[in-house]
Amino acid sequence: MSGLLRIIVQRLLLGLVTLFVVSIIIFVAVNALPGDFAEAILGQGATEEAVTAIREQLGLNQNAFTRYATWLGGAVRGDLGVPLSQALFAGNFGTTATGTDVITVVDQIIPRLKNTLFLAGVSAAIAVPLAVTLGVLTALYRNSAFDKAMNVSTLSAISSPEFFIAYILILFLAVLNPVFPSLSNIFPGMEFSERLNRTMLPALTLTLAVTAQMMRMTRAAIINLLASPYIEMARLKGLSPMRVIVKHALPNALAPIITVIALNLAFLVTGVVVVEVVFVYPGIGQLFVDSVKIRDIPVVQACCLIFAAVYILLNLTADILSIISNPRLRHPK
Amino acid sequence: MSQLTRRGLLKAGVAAGVLSATGMPLMAAPKKGGRLRLGIAGANTSDSWDGRTHSDSFMIMCAHGAVFDCLTEVGADGQLKGELAESWEASADAKTWTFKLRQGVTFHSGKPFGADDVIASLEMHTAEGAKSAAKPIVSAISEMKKVSDHEIQMTLEAGNADFPFLLSDYHILMFPAGEIDEAIAAGNGTGLYSVESFDPGVRFVGKRVASHYKGDDAGHFDEIEVIAINDSSARMNALMTGQVDAVNRVDVKTEALLKANPNVNIFEVTGNQHYTLPMLTGTAPFNDLNVRKALKHAINRQEMVDKILQGHGKVANDHPIGPANQYFAEDIEQNDFDLDKAKFYLKEAGLTELNVDLSAANAAFSGAIDAAQLYQASAKGAGININVVQEPDDGYWSNVWLKKPWCACYWSGRATEDWMFSTAYETGVPWNDTGWENARFQELLLTARAELDSAKRKEMYTEMQMLCSAEGGTVVPMYANYVDAHSTKLANTGTIGNVFQMDSSRLMERWWFA
Repeated sequence: MSGLLRIIVQRLLLGLVTLFVVSIIIFVAVNALPGDFAEAILGQGATEEAVTAIREQLGLNQNAFTRYATWLGGAVRGDLGVPLSQALFAGNFGTTATGTDVITVVDQIIPRLKNTLFLAGVSAAIAVPLAVTLGVLTALYRNSAFDKAMNVSTLSAISSPEFFIAYILILFLAVLNPVFPSLSNIFPGMEFSERLNRTMLPALTLTLAVTAQMMRMTRAAIINLLASPYIEMARLKGLSPMRVIVKHALPNALAPIITVIALNLAFLVTGVVVVEVVFVYPGIGQLFVDSVKIRDIPVVQACCLIFAAVYILLNLTADILSIISNPRLRHPK
Repeated sequence: MSQLTRRGLLKAGVAAGVLSATGMPLMAAPKKGGRLRLGIAGANTSDSWDGRTHSDSFMIMCAHGAVFDCLTEVGADGQLKGELAESWEASADAKTWTFKLRQGVTFHSGKPFGADDVIASLEMHTAEGAKSAAKPIVSAISEMKKVSDHEIQMTLEAGNADFPFLLSDYHILMFPAGEIDEAIAAGNGTGLYSVESFDPGVRFVGKRVASHYKGDDAGHFDEIEVIAINDSSARMNALMTGQVDAVNRVDVKTEALLKANPNVNIFEVTGNQHYTLPMLTGTAPFNDLNVRKALKHAINRQEMVDKILQGHGKVANDHPIGPANQYFAEDIEQNDFDLDKAKFYLKEAGLTELNVDLSAANAAFSGAIDAAQLYQASAKGAGININVVQEPDDGYWSNVWLKKPWCACYWSGRATEDWMFSTAYETGVPWNDTGWENARFQELLLTARAELDSAKRKEMYTEMQMLCSAEGGTVVPMYANYVDAHSTKLANTGTIGNVFQMDSSRLMERWWFA
């Protein structure tokens, strides 16, 4: 297993490098946005003096490199800083942004991240079993009417923009047949069943957005293997087609399926922005949009870093699981 | 109507909604109870209970409309009444004001409310380094003297007849002295609803205070839940599917869908919110009064109301005073769409043709670019070629407004004439977005400010509106209505405030479940 451990450490370190590069890209991109926090927050009141005063107070007038270095220095120590908006309010009391009762970026993000993870969890709990089952079934009945119907419907779902799917679901499941609420405003202290009920529509939207890829990959991976000699052997033994696929083909097709599942799980966390806005779901995507709107750079950067980290970690997990699931990779010669 | 019986009149009146408008007591007494759920746009993760920072509808509704109180309040009928102040009187020069405060009022924390709280709350706005939109109001107070626990005397630097009106501003909330930081953190005010939970940019839940000085006349709901829904489709959906009882900022594009729903009513008022096209009067060609007049006659205002606001507005007359102002002069001469007049003034300016740039972005107001293009089309007939310059939304207020010779802009309006004029029309103030200077206007502004006689003030403010309309540097095409919607489960008195949206943001206080 030491080989595996080495790979994990190596990949984690590489992940850190990627994060660092991502942080630079984020910083440059956010700085390239026209307008800044001072202008966004002041709106019509953005006279030159007011803008200058706020920039000075928040250190926005320092050069980009200094700001980046300060931020990165904090981030390495786990301190993602204080949202500019909070720092501005703290200034209103004549106190500084370093006091203990100031809301930090971390304070702001954690509850939102939990909500997003909950949504991702619910979606995954629906999407993954659904996609794998459909994949197995379509492989089993390949080229049948069922296979074609499934392919057409899942591919149509993935080809439509999420907000469109979201509105279609709202129309059919909230407006015409009030099954689920169209408003997913979950909050702490809500009963689990109610929370689940309110999360259902965004979860279904995400499910429709990710099912196709996982299903198609499962189907393709299995069909690929069906020409292998051991499958033929199993068939000749007289096993039922279902048993051939589930017992003999599926375990050997796991590696690509796991990879694509991991990628889609990452999408469930990072691709929620639009879905959260449509359903008013208080997750990290909504926070991200709100923060971009007012150019609250520390929050935007922290959100991006979290998104990047999720991608990297899930990819890593996928690789490790593929290695574990494949004895040939586990014991390289 | 010869066979009019009392019963018949009541029936007809109810059907037409006539009686409710005349204020006759036809509705049963408001019913108590229930949990009101609102879907409100204009929420930010940066929201807090600090009244100085409030500028968007979510916090104005929650703080000004539920948790906190001001000294004075503009009633639904537009009349000023006391909120935490019981009564007030001014010296003859309108410089010294004495306010008697309501007795027996307590904050949600249990602390009694008194004169010290007023002083501390007002001083918040002028504190060192503080940023408050109400700073100009408060910094005009040169001295605050506590006469007794429930009486306070304020001396102004110069007379201001509107001073009590200004204190109804939603920024000037009353906080408990000595614990203002804590009150801002927890939301501790004297309002009808105390804070149960507050998640900035997400949700606010309030609970009716058990015994409140406003008594049974206000605050009919047991609980209120204000949900932040910035996305307009999501907000409309929430109302259509009955997950909220009322929403603000109806998207006029999807209005037909709301109207088709029998469980939803749209309610709208024309307030002071208006869209403007300010010209820098120090820059050619706008320094020529005749050019300005030509432009004012080359715009088809009604078309703009119909096409940009989808009819949810009213034609304006190139001055910033609106129907929610006390001395709104509705009957002065309207600058009409008349290409002959436009040509005439152009000729007076010695021109046969005029080429001007109009800078616009939808950051100025929703539909500003379309409005500029309509203007371009309507002005063409008078030989005026308007070149519409599309500006980026970002940085619009710092790079375009006050900088480009002619641009689009909006104003939410102000509660008083003086406040509006002195914000954007007085000579030399930073937001005078046209740089317009007029000696007579300036003289009237200063005289009217200190005048307590209402009839004289009306006369002066009317003349000022006429001056703006005839000579000012701003084209004001239209007033934009506040368009909101509610479920038919809700009822109100029939009089809806027009200072701000959602019944002047006091829906939670004034409405009830039918």
